[in-house]
Amino acid sequence: MIELATKSNAYADAFEQIEAAGGPNWLMPIRKAAIARFNELGFPSTRHEEWKFTNVAPIKKLEFALAESGSHGVTADRIAPFISSGATGGTFVFVNGHFDRSLSSVGELPAGVTVGSLAEAIAADAGLLEQHLGRHAKFDEDVFLALNTALMRDGLFVHVPKGLVVEQPIQVVFVTTSEPSATMSFARNLIVADESSQVTIAEVHVGLGTTPFLASSVTEVVAGDNANVDHYRVTREGELPDNGFFMSTTHAQQGRDCNVRCFVATTGGAIVRNDASSFLGGEGSDFTINGLTMINGRQHADNHLCIDHAVPHCTSWEYFKGVYDDDARGVFSGRINVFKDAQKTDAKQTNMSLLLSDRALVDSKPQLEIFADDVKCTHGATIGQLDEEAMFYLQSRGMSREAARSLLVFGFCRECLEEIRFEPLKKQLEALVFERLPHGDLFLEE
Amino acid sequence: MLEIRNLHANVDGHEILRGVNLTVNAGEVHSIMGPNGSGKSTLAQVLAGRDTYEVTEGEVIYEGKDLLDLEPDERACEGLFLAFQYPVEIPGVNTNYFLRAALNAKRKYHGQEELDAMDFLSLVKDKAASVQLNEKLLNRAINEGFSGGEKKRNEIFQMAVLEPKLAVLDETDSGLDIDALRIVSEGVNQLRGSDRAFLVVTHYQRLLEYIVPDFVHVLVNGQIVKSGGKELALELEERGYAWVEQEAAVAS
Repeated sequence: MIELATKSNAYADAFEQIEAAGGPNWLMPIRKAAIARFNELGFPSTRHEEWKFTNVAPIKKLEFALAESGSHGVTADRIAPFISSGATGGTFVFVNGHFDRSLSSVGELPAGVTVGSLAEAIAADAGLLEQHLGRHAKFDEDVFLALNTALMRDGLFVHVPKGLVVEQPIQVVFVTTSEPSATMSFARNLIVADESSQVTIAEVHVGLGTTPFLASSVTEVVAGDNANVDHYRVTREGELPDNGFFMSTTHAQQGRDCNVRCFVATTGGAIVRNDASSFLGGEGSDFTINGLTMINGRQHADNHLCIDHAVPHCTSWEYFKGVYDDDARGVFSGRINVFKDAQKTDAKQTNMSLLLSDRALVDSKPQLEIFADDVKCTHGATIGQLDEEAMFYLQSRGMSREAARSLLVFGFCRECLEEIRFEPLKKQLEALVFERLPHGDLFLEE
Repeated sequence: MLEIRNLHANVDGHEILRGVNLTVNAGEVHSIMGPNGSGKSTLAQVLAGRDTYEVTEGEVIYEGKDLLDLEPDERACEGLFLAFQYPVEIPGVNTNYFLRAALNAKRKYHGQEELDAMDFLSLVKDKAASVQLNEKLLNRAINEGFSGGEKKRNEIFQMAVLEPKLAVLDETDSGLDIDALRIVSEGVNQLRGSDRAFLVVTHYQRLLEYIVPDFVHVLVNGQIVKSGGKELALELEERGYAWVEQEAAVAS
């Protein structure tokens, strides 16, 4: 009999496994530094300021083993509901963190654009990796980011050279099965968009398993001068049972005059933590991040944003909405740092939460640290229940109370989903929201 | 069509309506006037079924049914319509979508077939034109970013689509310029007919130059203290409400 790993060394075992697999010379020191930092930091308690409202004790208690490669019974039919039809740039499917070529399809892309498995790129020690992988998302103070950096295995690597425009959206789907025992997987994506290039990536995470799993995903976006990058992160972990623990980081490193637009959708998971950050390091750039969370049961979702305005004339826009039912719990934390020289910064942050039950709970925390004196920074947070006046208005026109309620919730969500420019994904999420509401005679618009 | 008997209603423990009596027959237009705080809007809201008001006494019979026993949506399906004094903005909910859902809820209630998108759109086109409401507005969220006048026209537009038997207009004229007032009034006048009745709550006599009422009632301190024909409105315009209030005080 093989003795089960004890709690303290499951991650060490995993690291040994990764270390044994080898890799480029420059990568191993990064991994080692990351695992060392992970060990130093340990799992945060709720006394940690950044983890005050998100208790990761359930993750700490469980033992996860690195997921093995294989199809694990995942078929094209099974994942079809999570795939967007319009991703003509290609659909890349990863099962338990491993690239699955048979479930993937390559789309038409302009010559010169690289899109494929990061593990394969690492194995080939492709150019650009050494310069960018693990260099932008700083793990010093972030335990799950450190863990991902130490144990990262595969994910999507995208490189769009200077001046190329990829009009076809690219989709990457991470499926976690977690059977037969609790597994963990560490997805890592690197998107490098060179000067004046453009690309759209939709990243979807789906949990299909019945045993608990830990899915970690880190995406580094490197946007060069005048580049445009759209990134979507959709978390549908543990949509069936509440067994998915999901920890993600999205970091955008931005040059001059570039636009990075993100959308973070969370529709399930036992504990979901989405960290998103941008370093606005070149003048005239914009970082826009919108998000919608819709959870119920005992699910927990935490969106943690941090934007660094390091230079003048940059704009940032955050618009996050959440709908919480039953005993669901939501957290929003939005930090905006405006550096001393970052004059003419224009930053706006909005967080709106809708509580559908008396037991649902939301903590919303804006944090603005402004060291420049000529800036425009606004933030606003609302937490409330359905507007009774609006309910009455709809009912007074003949709609049942239930239909009125559903329509208001749908409208609340839809207004946020409007920010999604990748139309098929928007429609898919609209349908998902709609299906979750008692809709009776209401219909979904085409 | 509508019979209000000794209606009393409270909000937050304060009695606002103190025994309202009113009979409205099909084909009639009744105007309710009165000073601020007299209970005009409360009456309108109570009739539509707003639950922040508690009815403590009295009854309302509408088309032979106990109106107060019906949910707001049932009242709407039975043919009651309230044009709101302050139409509510509802982000994310498209006006056309909502109206089609509402109209179909009503049709279903009456066992009629639901309207499909095509039929609905051609209906909407006509009705929007009748109140000079820009169709583009109908593809926006309900009342969001609408001007004051557009909101009021949207109310009349919805009324035209839903074709109620009894329409209650709660200060639909307030804040309108003369052009908007004419459009709104025209919308109402087009719907006037022998099988339909209107209860027009207004603060200003001016509206009644355009929507000529059959009866004018003065609501003071939660009671109708004086009723008359359209000439009563002119008298109120000239003399204000003080004399009616005094008369009422003497009478009680």
